[in-house]
Amino acid sequence: MVDTAAPQHPRSATDYAADWLVIPLYNEASVVASVIAGALPTFPNIVCVDDGSTDGSGAAARAAGATVLSHAVNLGQGAALQTGISFVCEQPDARALVTFDADGQHQVSDARAMVDLIASGTTDIVFGSRFLDGRTKPGLVKTMVLTFAVWFTKQSTGMRLTDAHNGLRAMTVPAAARVDLTQDRMAHASEIVLQLGRTGLPWQEHPVHVLYTDYSRGKGQSVWNSVNILVDLLFK
Amino acid sequence: MGGNVLLIQIILLAAVAGIAVLLTRSTAGARHQAIRRVCLMLFVVGAAASVIFPQVLTRLANALGVGRGADLLLYALVIAFLSYISTSHRRMNRMSRQITLLTRELTLAEARTQEKPTPADR
Repeated sequence: MVDTAAPQHPRSATDYAADWLVIPLYNEASVVASVIAGALPTFPNIVCVDDGSTDGSGAAARAAGATVLSHAVNLGQGAALQTGISFVCEQPDARALVTFDADGQHQVSDARAMVDLIASGTTDIVFGSRFLDGRTKPGLVKTMVLTFAVWFTKQSTGMRLTDAHNGLRAMTVPAAARVDLTQDRMAHASEIVLQLGRTGLPWQEHPVHVLYTDYSRGKGQSVWNSVNILVDLLFK
Repeated sequence: MGGNVLLIQIILLAAVAGIAVLLTRSTAGARHQAIRRVCLMLFVVGAAASVIFPQVLTRLANALGVGRGADLLLYALVIAFLSYISTSHRRMNRMSRQITLLTRELTLAEARTQEKPTPADR
């Protein structure tokens, strides 16, 4: 099943029967169904963690064919991610999981390439990075915030990532089992990098393309949000 | 006089720094609770004493380099308020952590009881 020689060969869904997409979901009813429909042909296992959505996102995701877990109250993306990770770790035959955004800014082909890297056995953890190639075009302010995030991650974890706050990550189940996110809100992005780094397992980055649609831009992290993240990380 | 002003500044800055450290640390044990209660008791006694003997407060303030007893009271209030923020912040964090663990556990327990859809079923 390890196919390192020709990773560009199209793989069928059965190759990913032991892999899971983990999608934290909060009020994304308008887009989540198409995101799931786009991913299901490749990844037959998708778990959506409905983080107390009030717009029927959970039902939409279930109708689209995903396994849906529901938080009774809204806790934050970090908490939803942790629930999804715990769920996948409980599945007896799970091999790897990919954290994937519900708003359609991530590409299934990128997720597939990252799982292929793990399947090839060279690494346990793959972080998606927008800045390893020139496909992604963030704005000036976003670039500044992300540059600071990279610096901060380097200082706090010692890991030299080119993109500290990318939601697209792939990891083996043994690596995921050692993640225990305590940051419920957006600061989990730094925390997951820190905890995965501490596992001592081999990691690498993989270039991914993030689509900044008007929809995701409207919901994305603002500069104010990065202040909140910093405070969350400092004042535990 | 300059040396005395420095004294109250040192005390206040040390208190602020202490609270800031308490905010970033995550240990809250019986010792902290006991210290908090002793401080509260001292505060009550001090408050009563300052009402009964206002000149004592003023003398204490002068000894610390503060002009009036009322100013000293204001400074003490600022410190007390900051430490209140610190403790309630800590308590809130602990509570939201518990709510998170509870909710997550509930969700996972629910998922375990549900029949998992296999790709073939869809």
